[in-house]
Amino acid sequence: MKALSINKLSKTYRNGLQALKAVSLDIEQGDFFALLGPNGAGKTTTIGIITSLVTKTAGSIKVFDTDLDEDPEQAKSYIGLVPQEFNFNGFEQVKHILVTQAGYYGMPASEAEPRADELLKQLGLWEKRHTPSRSLSGGMKRRLMIARALVHNPKLLILDEPTAGVDIELRRSMWTFLRKINAAGTTIILTTHYLEEAESLCRNIAIIDKGEIIENTDMKSLLNRLDKEAFILDLKYPLLNNTLEGLDYERLDDTTIEVEISRGESLNSVFEVLSQHGVEVVSMKNKANRLEELFLNLVETSEQNA
Amino acid sequence: MNQSRQQRHWVALSTLVTREVRRFFRIWPQTLLPPAITMTLYFIIFGNLIGSRIGEMGGFTYMEYIVPGIIMMAVINNAYANVASSFFSAKFQNHVEELIVAPVPNYLILAGYVAGGTARGLCVGIIVTIVSLFFTRLPIEHIFITISMVVLSAVLFAIGGFINAVYARSFDEISIIPTFILTPLTYLGGVFYSISLLPEFWQNVSLLNPILYMVNAFRFGMLGVSDIPVVAAFSIILLFIGGLTAFALYLLHKGTGLRN
Repeated sequence: MKALSINKLSKTYRNGLQALKAVSLDIEQGDFFALLGPNGAGKTTTIGIITSLVTKTAGSIKVFDTDLDEDPEQAKSYIGLVPQEFNFNGFEQVKHILVTQAGYYGMPASEAEPRADELLKQLGLWEKRHTPSRSLSGGMKRRLMIARALVHNPKLLILDEPTAGVDIELRRSMWTFLRKINAAGTTIILTTHYLEEAESLCRNIAIIDKGEIIENTDMKSLLNRLDKEAFILDLKYPLLNNTLEGLDYERLDDTTIEVEISRGESLNSVFEVLSQHGVEVVSMKNKANRLEELFLNLVETSEQNA
Repeated sequence: MNQSRQQRHWVALSTLVTREVRRFFRIWPQTLLPPAITMTLYFIIFGNLIGSRIGEMGGFTYMEYIVPGIIMMAVINNAYANVASSFFSAKFQNHVEELIVAPVPNYLILAGYVAGGTARGLCVGIIVTIVSLFFTRLPIEHIFITISMVVLSAVLFAIGGFINAVYARSFDEISIIPTFILTPLTYLGGVFYSISLLPEFWQNVSLLNPILYMVNAFRFGMLGVSDIPVVAAFSIILLFIGGLTAFALYLLHKGTGLRN
């Protein structure tokens, strides 16, 4: 079954801006789907229409086979939304926000309260349950929005840049949490500016630009299209003024080089060249995750020592 | 959640009403205390100090005569202000989106906010009534008319506050109508005087003021005297409630002030 089926969706704003141009998209039940695109590409407009925050100009949307126009109540009941901007009442207490949201979905307080407690514990907000939401830190507010979106047990969770402005440690813990609920059966749609996030989490991907889907495929196929990959190599001894003929590299400092290899090319060829020049490598990292891994290790080590 | 749609609607409505009531109780120094103080001053100044020199009006002491009007004025203002400020705040902080994305039909959104506004109007009405008992006796001639008129008036002005908030784009815009329309109409709506004191021309002009009908029908319920027929008052208020409800639902359906 399709969790979401978008057919020829168009949106033209009053100022004449054509934000979406007959966008069609299908997302299977259970998928972890990335919707990527530059700023102003139409991601948030698409999500806005799916969640009834924006009125469409043309097209149709089905959520788990329920047409959003024909039975909006049923279609809406399947969806949980984590919007880009904080949008809760800053004066309300954290737990009240969750119980109230559950109530809007028809969940009585006798069910909503234990469900809210469960989510608050899972997302590390239990200690703050009686705190007015405006007093939470930025990361806690993000987690509160995720808890609020999940409180009615939605089958489809839509996250619009959920980790924007979130530190790396919290971002990683949110990834773990999202993977867990996806594994439990919740279909997830994610928009993000962090390509690494999409790469790490999502199985399928659509790229939208200027209101049109320009790519819609599975993540593996897309990554296979990358023709080059970069690695950072830490050397045992300084390279000094030696040049490594036969290798496509950039010297970052005396003991660090960045090597680019074509996809499909064996790493052995790199090490052969390095061996010929008498260069010893002590460690190697994929370029993308290097700083994050270092930071996480430092934080984890610091916490273990505390 | 194996509930019928009606059960889900009921839970959603009671959730919204609970949140609204919790809101005005949480900020009681802004919502419940000021009208109690203001109306006490009205009773002291107009009822006691000035009223004692005015003598009888409609067969009652001046204090007795103005009490129903002052209660009604407090109810109207607070029912209106509650919905206008609460719904506009929800728009301003964007947490109205919590309701828009949820499977809550438009009529329930309207009903929830109006019930919240009505609840505050009636709470303030009760507070002002209790305060008035320190100054005068309070007869109630027709209990059904008294209660139904105060509830209907609160409902009507709560709907008015909702429409105001839908259109408002700033906090200034939710105070313009209360300041420049509601307050003058209330003061000229027979709260402090009988329109029989006015020249005939101004009596006829006063009949165009809907608040006059509410104040007088409420006064009839309490004292048994009125400047206008009570049936006309009920007809007019029901007509306004029907018209404004339809208009508010139309605005919600269109997404005016709420959706892009």
